[in-house]
Amino acid sequence: MSDKIKMARQFIQALPHSVALGMHLDELDNGTAVISMPYSEKLIGDPKTGVVHGGAVSALMDTSCGAAVMSHPSNPAGTATLDLRIEYLRAATPGQKITTRATCYHVTRSVAFVRAAASDDDIENPVAIATGTFTVEGHK
Amino acid sequence: MNKRRPPEPVQVVKKRRDAVLRTMVEGVPYIQFLGIEFERRGDELTAVMPFDQSLIGNPILPALHGGATAAFLEVTAIITLSWGLIWEDMESGALDVNNLDHSHLPRLPKTVDFTVDYLRTGLPRDAYARARINRSGRRYASVHVEAWQDNRSKLFAQATGHFVLPTRQG
Repeated sequence: MSDKIKMARQFIQALPHSVALGMHLDELDNGTAVISMPYSEKLIGDPKTGVVHGGAVSALMDTSCGAAVMSHPSNPAGTATLDLRIEYLRAATPGQKITTRATCYHVTRSVAFVRAAASDDDIENPVAIATGTFTVEGHK
Repeated sequence: MNKRRPPEPVQVVKKRRDAVLRTMVEGVPYIQFLGIEFERRGDELTAVMPFDQSLIGNPILPALHGGATAAFLEVTAIITLSWGLIWEDMESGALDVNNLDHSHLPRLPKTVDFTVDYLRTGLPRDAYARARINRSGRRYASVHVEAWQDNRSKLFAQATGHFVLPTRQG
């Protein structure tokens, strides 16, 4: 693991809001980030069904997309979200962990383009899809 | 001559509206987790997310987590939309407000898509948001949300979302 990735890892694992949501960084390399968030009662958005709130999925998507940018080989010094669109394909199954895989597929001098998918145990059928653009902060 | 009903005493009206709003908001664990509250003026709602260290994303700046901002906007959109849907039944008496808990309220709208536009860094301060329902039909709704901190005219984020509405019973 390169020093750059090690530092990005430490930074991402210390984000207070991500820590509060119980997120775990599973993979980080070469413009791809995999982050998971265990099911928890505090994340419930629909008290009748126990389904996780869309906002919690958004937070997970935003974190993984930002992490993917940080790990891109172009080495951005930092990043912030410009725009993030999420499509909710289906309700996540209550009780199951949600995992997102984000890929930063293009970087210019000023903008990084990212897409991500979130799934529960049924990995063939994503619960949500995201596309986002992120800022690229001064190279080193 | 038709007799008009005398207007309800103001405290009865306020008590009913506040009770319904409180039930809607307090029943959702994630809203409680984020500490979001709703203020009401007539039918207009303003969401407030008091600052908390756990909402920080980048601790170096420091700045609110983009995910916390997105969630705040989505919560505001869903509650404002649901509030608009329930209003008529609440005012007409069709909704039994003396026997309220979450299981007696209509289902919440389901988010289809949600697009957040991050305009400025979210500062470590309280945040406010209001939603405007651009269209609420029989099955779908389109909602726009604006969020600000110190200055109402300087939005730090805005969002547009589409929702599937709960089917009306009866």
